[in-house]
Amino acid sequence: MSTELTGAEITVRCLQKEGVDYIFGYPGGAVLFIYDELFKQDKVKHVLVRHEQAAVHAADGYARSSNKVGVALVTSGPGVTNAVTGIATAYMDSIPLVIISGQVPTHAIGLDAFQEVDTVGITRPCVKHNFLVKNIDELAATIKKAFYIASTGRPGPVLVDIPKDVSQQKTEFIYPNSVTMRSYNPVTRGHAGQIRKAVQLILEAKRPMMYTGGGVILSDAAERLTELVQMLGFPCTNTLMGLGGYPATDKQFVGMLGMHGTYEANMAMQHCDVLIAVGARFDDRVIGNPKHFFNEDRKIIHIDIDPSSISKRVKVDVPIVGNVTDVLDELIKQLKARKEKPEQTALDAWWTQIDAWRARNCLKYDRSSTVTKPQWVIEKLYEVTEGNAFVTSDVGQHQMWAAQFYKFDLPRRWINSGGLGTMGFGLPAAMGVQFANRENVVACITGEASIQMCIQELSTCKQYNLPLKIINLNNRYMGMVRQWQEFFHGNRYAESYMDALPNFVKLAESYGHVGMKIERPEDVEGALKEAFQLKERLVFMDFITDQTENVFPMVPGGKGLSEMILV
Amino acid sequence: MENEAGALSRVAGLFSSRGYNIESLTVAATEDPTLSRMTLVTAGSDDVIEQITKQLNKLIDVVKVVDLSDGEHIERELMLIKVRALGKDREEIKRMADIFRGRIIDVTDKSYTIELTGTGSKLDAFLEAVERSSILETVRTGASGLGRGERILKV
Repeated sequence: MSTELTGAEITVRCLQKEGVDYIFGYPGGAVLFIYDELFKQDKVKHVLVRHEQAAVHAADGYARSSNKVGVALVTSGPGVTNAVTGIATAYMDSIPLVIISGQVPTHAIGLDAFQEVDTVGITRPCVKHNFLVKNIDELAATIKKAFYIASTGRPGPVLVDIPKDVSQQKTEFIYPNSVTMRSYNPVTRGHAGQIRKAVQLILEAKRPMMYTGGGVILSDAAERLTELVQMLGFPCTNTLMGLGGYPATDKQFVGMLGMHGTYEANMAMQHCDVLIAVGARFDDRVIGNPKHFFNEDRKIIHIDIDPSSISKRVKVDVPIVGNVTDVLDELIKQLKARKEKPEQTALDAWWTQIDAWRARNCLKYDRSSTVTKPQWVIEKLYEVTEGNAFVTSDVGQHQMWAAQFYKFDLPRRWINSGGLGTMGFGLPAAMGVQFANRENVVACITGEASIQMCIQELSTCKQYNLPLKIINLNNRYMGMVRQWQEFFHGNRYAESYMDALPNFVKLAESYGHVGMKIERPEDVEGALKEAFQLKERLVFMDFITDQTENVFPMVPGGKGLSEMILV
Repeated sequence: MENEAGALSRVAGLFSSRGYNIESLTVAATEDPTLSRMTLVTAGSDDVIEQITKQLNKLIDVVKVVDLSDGEHIERELMLIKVRALGKDREEIKRMADIFRGRIIDVTDKSYTIELTGTGSKLDAFLEAVERSSILETVRTGASGLGRGERILKV
């Protein structure tokens, strides 16, 4: 009998077996036994956040920047409901997470017990899968499955709901070495015949375009992608989620595409004759109006691990279901074996066209402005950090400027909420990134509206000495809302002005951090240098920026990709 | 699909969250108690049906998805219908039930309850044939289906 462990011990042992070094959480009644077991060991280190949403975002940032499964622990009821935004954020961006939640005891389920909520029901639409563990004998195998499901196939968050009595009961601990599930067998290798068809189309291409997304990052396929693109000499664009999948400083990179993509990327996307989509899903912010997209005739090759991503919004000609890395490997192999190249004169003509589009210089802005331009701050941030920082962002204009102006040469360096667009993501995500990358510089690009949605995490940063650098682009507006109101709602700025802002410098200081307020463009670089020299401190940099600056180019909602508003 | 608590709500939730329509849905455990089999009737363009199939396959609890309408198949639905049966109508309703190969399974001095199986359209036809005002209550199970002949869905 001495070998029997409680459910709480088993939970912690499972985390140890999975090699989890950090979990992000917040205690409460239903998880007290689990916290008690965490207390008794030191392999799994617990990070106490100030709000459960932040626990999940931190686990998410940890996962995105490390390619490991992020783990969060929350209590029942409000613990779970607070976590839902974080879970949905991870779900939309296919981030592997395991969320462990406490639940009221099994005998109390369904009786409207204190802090009871139907966790499995509430989270079902925003998890890859979830479990309610009613039987202690199934606990270890369930946690094993959770890690397996979260990290394989198209990754995603998996939630394990553990009733309090289950965490207290005892059983023998057996952790399975492997998992087999008859109902879950994700594919990896692409169909060789389909890849052969793709090779043929690639070789016949006259105006080719590589369009790559978050799947390249998740699959750790950036090197393969770079090899393929450079071997072919094709132009390459990345989605918001795919930045860093191809080096942004390379001449074959044409910038991000989509609603706020570059002119050259969107035009090339619209006018190419062979489009190779890799780990991207043709979403509404990327191709705009799908009808307009099909005004031009082109062949589409689509590589994705999720069959349901293929032909969802856009009909494709050569679907290849498989893990991006494996498929690109096979594609490169077959291309090398063919010993042929796409027609060079056609490709040269295509590049001439792309360079003409590039010459529009679509990201230009007033560099001589006496008011600090937000783009200027990001450019200086890029220079001061030499492009080596991990950068998280919140959601809105600052996110788009960060994506446009910080040139990511490496994958997993750009961490943002692309799918769900969650304001409040940036700071807690940066905490997770810093835990996964203790030696690296982590910057959080945010705005005065977004940062206030999870500002309480400044306290967590103090507790764990996280030397984040917060770049607050403070234009006193919810900038993207203001921009849409200016363009589409007759300049009626309904509720988008951020009144009664705190003194961010004092706020940072009251949390024990360093605060700086930077008002003039000529002070930007110096302030950044000063801040990044404070290697042990969190520095909150409040940049007072131009209130009326807009993000260009812009494809208005419902418009086609080539119908951009340009500056 | 796996005969697990919550599996049904995953399917139902998928349909509502993605805006697909469920015309009918039947589900019960199979001869293998770890598995249950669901027959779901929906409507949509080929693209929508393709997406529904893919999305269903993505659900972890779903073991296998077959579009029965891709080939020859049989489907049956059960309906129980309680009708007012008074005086000379009693004979008429009895005759109608016989024509549709229904069985009267409950009798009172004022009503019959008829059990009827067949395709959905046969059950519709019966409802059309019976005087509307005499129908007291109906309940239908929704269709269950199998492929014809050698077409077998087995895990």
